[in-house]
Amino acid sequence: MTLVVPSKYKIPLAKPVAGVAGKTGTWRWIKPIVDNNKCVKCFLCEIYCPENTILVDPEKGVTIDYEYCKGCGICASVCPVKAIEMIREGD
Amino acid sequence: MALTKQTRNIKVLTGNYAVALAAKMARVDVVAAYPITPQTSIVEKLAEYIDRGELDAEMIRVESEHSALAATFGAAVAGARAFTATSSHGLLYMHEWVHWVSRARIPVVMAIVTRTIGTPWNIWPDHSDFLDQRDTGWIMGFGMDNQEVFDLVIQAFKISEDPRVYLPVMIGLEGFILGHTSMPVEVPEQNLVDEWLGPRRQGYVIDGKEPLALGNLAWPEDTEEMFMDIQRAMEEAKKVIKEVDESYGEVFGRKYGGLINCYRCTDAKFHVVSMGAWSGDIMEAINLLREEGYPIGLIRIRFVRPFPDEEIYGITGNSRGIIVFDRAISFGSMGPIYLDLVGGMLKHTRKLPYIRNVVAGIGGVNVTYEEFYSIIRDTIDSLEKGVEPPVFTWYHKR
Repeated sequence: MTLVVPSKYKIPLAKPVAGVAGKTGTWRWIKPIVDNNKCVKCFLCEIYCPENTILVDPEKGVTIDYEYCKGCGICASVCPVKAIEMIREGD
Repeated sequence: MALTKQTRNIKVLTGNYAVALAAKMARVDVVAAYPITPQTSIVEKLAEYIDRGELDAEMIRVESEHSALAATFGAAVAGARAFTATSSHGLLYMHEWVHWVSRARIPVVMAIVTRTIGTPWNIWPDHSDFLDQRDTGWIMGFGMDNQEVFDLVIQAFKISEDPRVYLPVMIGLEGFILGHTSMPVEVPEQNLVDEWLGPRRQGYVIDGKEPLALGNLAWPEDTEEMFMDIQRAMEEAKKVIKEVDESYGEVFGRKYGGLINCYRCTDAKFHVVSMGAWSGDIMEAINLLREEGYPIGLIRIRFVRPFPDEEIYGITGNSRGIIVFDRAISFGSMGPIYLDLVGGMLKHTRKLPYIRNVVAGIGGVNVTYEEFYSIIRDTIDSLEKGVEPPVFTWYHKR
């Protein structure tokens, strides 16, 4: 059994909240587009996304939060079935 | 709390086995370790306890000491009472993590079985590895015999997990001299230890239920304030260490005096300051000198962090001479305990007595009680004649 007893001290601990760095989606110049027909629900994109903007639903497949997705392309890179394609913003 | 009177159970244990038994009786959940002489028999014994089903804990075998403390840290952050032990080069290898654990304010206990730092390769004990950690933000205790080492390890969990402290604690003992030497150790009943120690407490837990970021980028002002809080916690720890020593004494029958232990200090006019196992030899020397009428007492440092400057000043305020024996050297300067002591005394007075620093026993060189007797007697004789011996001496004889 572990008791969490907060202290009066300042600790290097932060609770992450959405958007502390602003709408990081505006940084994006290439955009991941998902073909959920190809998606095999392996969750790799969700696990690898460094911005926590991908959610994989076991039924519906992948949704991406474009407000915060920076367009790094890691999801497209790790997808084993090439269900994610990176396209130019504005195309 | 109502505690029943314990029955005496005395076991013959090496210092290392005393550490392992204390960690077991503190019911550690996780042990992460990498072997290094002279520490290894601690974690071997803990592995044995786990294998026999006597201790319900995870043993994480890692590829280095750097990972050993990282894994201990991770387990502690996740809510486990976690423990590791190391020595010398292993301790130096994990040095980065030593800082990490204290700055993250997470309770952890680690035993340091002291050993000289190479090169040349050397497995004999001095305090250079232990005192090398003095700026890391850990609470640092050091035992004189195997009983005290056992008691200190149990107490270390109580101190570390106190919300007024929330700093990791390292407990030092000399390799071989204590580590591999058997002595009688009184072992308390498990239920008393359980009741006295209570459940694990910590300031936060990262277990995946709530996302938390630990140690991300902070502005300089925030960073400095966090480090100022470590300094404040060290001050609070002085009180907590004394309280823990008191309450441990009430329950288990052994009080040591908190941050320091005094031997024949009451009417002393001259004082010796030391830390660790050779304090026993100094006590022998003091007994001989007392028989000859020398008014000498010993202040033994039990905790070097936080440093007991107030306690030492309280005893030596009217001292006519102090000799600080250091078993470590800050090359180009002096012995670390001496430097702390002189700096600490200046917080309380502008009138310092003569304070001598004798660095000795480096590289594991043995210093006998007869040698302590001679050094102390010669210093006092010289001061009585009005001649001050050099403030710094590196004592070496072969």
